[in-house]
Amino acid sequence: MNIIVPLRQVPDLVEELEIESGGKDLDREWLKFKVNEFDDHALEEALCFKEDHGGQVIAIALDANDADKALYAAAAKGADRVIKITGNFEGQVASRTAAKAMANVIAQLEWNMVFAGVQAVDERDGQVGVLLAHFLGVPHVSVVTGVSNNGGTLEIHKEYGGGIIAEFEVAPPVVLGIQAARQTPRYVPVAKVRRAMRSTDLEEMDAGDVSVNVGSQVTRMYKPEAGGRAEMLEGSAEEVAAKLAEIIRSKV
Amino acid sequence: MNVYVITEHLNGSISDHTFELLGKAKQLAGGDSVTALLAGHGAEGLASQLGAASKVLYADHPNLENFNPQSYCKAYSQMLKDRMPGLVLVPYSSMGMDLASGLSVSLDVPVLAYAQDVNAGGGKITVVSQLYGGKINVESEVDGDSCIAAVLAGVFSADEGKADGSPEVEQVSVDGLDDLQVKFKRLIEPEGGDVDITQAEVLVSVGRGIQSDENLSIAEELAAKLGGAVSASRPIVDNKWLPKTRQVGKSGLKVKPKVYIALGISGAPEHIEGMKDSELIIAINTDPNAPIFDYANYGVTEDLFDVVPALTEKL
Ligand SMILES: Cc1cc2nc3c(=O)[nH]c(=O)nc-3n(C[C@H](O)[C@H](O)[C@H](O)COP(=O)(O)OP(=O)(O)OC[C@H]3O[C@@H](n4cnc5c(N)ncnc54)[C@H](O)[C@@H]3O)c2cc1C
Repeated sequence: MNIIVPLRQVPDLVEELEIESGGKDLDREWLKFKVNEFDDHALEEALCFKEDHGGQVIAIALDANDADKALYAAAAKGADRVIKITGNFEGQVASRTAAKAMANVIAQLEWNMVFAGVQAVDERDGQVGVLLAHFLGVPHVSVVTGVSNNGGTLEIHKEYGGGIIAEFEVAPPVVLGIQAARQTPRYVPVAKVRRAMRSTDLEEMDAGDVSVNVGSQVTRMYKPEAGGRAEMLEGSAEEVAAKLAEIIRSKV
Repeated sequence: MNVYVITEHLNGSISDHTFELLGKAKQLAGGDSVTALLAGHGAEGLASQLGAASKVLYADHPNLENFNPQSYCKAYSQMLKDRMPGLVLVPYSSMGMDLASGLSVSLDVPVLAYAQDVNAGGGKITVVSQLYGGKINVESEVDGDSCIAAVLAGVFSADEGKADGSPEVEQVSVDGLDDLQVKFKRLIEPEGGDVDITQAEVLVSVGRGIQSDENLSIAEELAAKLGGAVSASRPIVDNKWLPKTRQVGKSGLKVKPKVYIALGISGAPEHIEGMKDSELIIAINTDPNAPIFDYANYGVTEDLFDVVPALTEKL
């Protein structure tokens, strides 16, 4: 079975986020991007599935925010094909637009499943994976923590709150929103990514017609007000520890 | 504004998340109607808990007995298609994640996710979304007069949405549910046997800032000193450093200890939803902008590896 894995670059939350002066987007000048953590899990699960059952893993990404880096890293990890979707992807791309671009490209490929990260921190207008499924006209299951193959049908675990799991039997084609892969996503050393950059054919495909109706506009972006903010304890680790000990002891 | 709420139920009980949305819906509707949408099989009895709604639309089919992303999307889409314009509130939960964006495409109505507030004053719908792991709020204005809002858990009061009395129930017939690619098989309950973190008075909760499983011992020592237990954010459990029974949050457990000490946890909305009702919250995180500090009573921006051993020592 061929598995498509859409990779999305999202701002690295370790860095401080600033808002541009217009107040409607992040200040993108110094933003550092990284692959959405759930997409990393989706890629890992796809690679594990391929190792067990064969088929191809095809990673795709919109041509934005260092997509080449993400695609070469996917190739270094074992993706068979890596495809950059070209088009006009300036600034924050709406989920619906991203999903449409991916659907246009996926429709031209031979595939059985899409493993998408269940969500991303910038999905203002909905989850890309679910939107994508609807554009492709196939069902989806989100919050997936287990995928196994039963002679062509899939046994899928979807997680609810409190650790309860629902098991579904699914006949592909399908889009799965992967929450966690069966193992910690593999790490590739930089040297291996560099080698992949020399040896990998990074394909390009045009996004085609991505006109969709997002149906809403950003009117304001702001950092949450510091209303209920914590009282910050200052001082050396020792001093802070002493204050904390007192606070905790007054409670228990 | 006519407001619709998707009723989430599991094992015969309606989620608090649903009641939170019903309460908000009443406020948003003003003089207009609040309609609860219910899908199930032999589940119309649940309508008696939906007294906050003026009406319940109910779809019944054997393939709606348990939540199924495919059958539920089809059913809700048919229930809503002739009822727009309107505002549809969907819980941003595991089930709701499979519905909100899909309904948006099938109904051709905009969707806004991670919603922590929804307003409909003057006929204009605006939604505030919590993006970037809770670090940035984004306010959006909807172009038309319909919207699907996927609302975070725990932002509105569930009590406001709980009311006795059976609203009028209208059966809606839905089709296309016999032949499905997605089939529900069974529910798997989590294994018990481990420490019950919902019962602990003190929780020392570790996040990705703990860096490796060897470092868990510093949290265990602190917890032992306080007679508490160690809990964790999701990545720690995904790495299998601690069992699932220790996970706090959306897909883990909801906890309300007397003291919750968050070590190296950023405070993503999915984590906050599980611990924000703790009596006293202390957060230790080197990032002064970490959203966890918006929920904590006391915060420390020192390295946890310096503070925690010193704290254990002092207690
Ligand atoms: C459907 C769904 C359900 C989910 N359910 C849950 C859930 O139940 N529970 C849950 O927790 N998450 C859940 N998540 C995941 C959630 O989105 C976040 O990814 C997760 O909570 C982040 O965990 P974290 O705070 O430990 O890691 P990070 O966000 O990576 O934060 C690590 C923090 O540690 C700090 N740090 C680093 N080093 C140090 C140091 N030396 N000293 C002090 N601080 C340090 C950093 O500043 C950072 O803020 C869910 C996600 C989805 C999509």
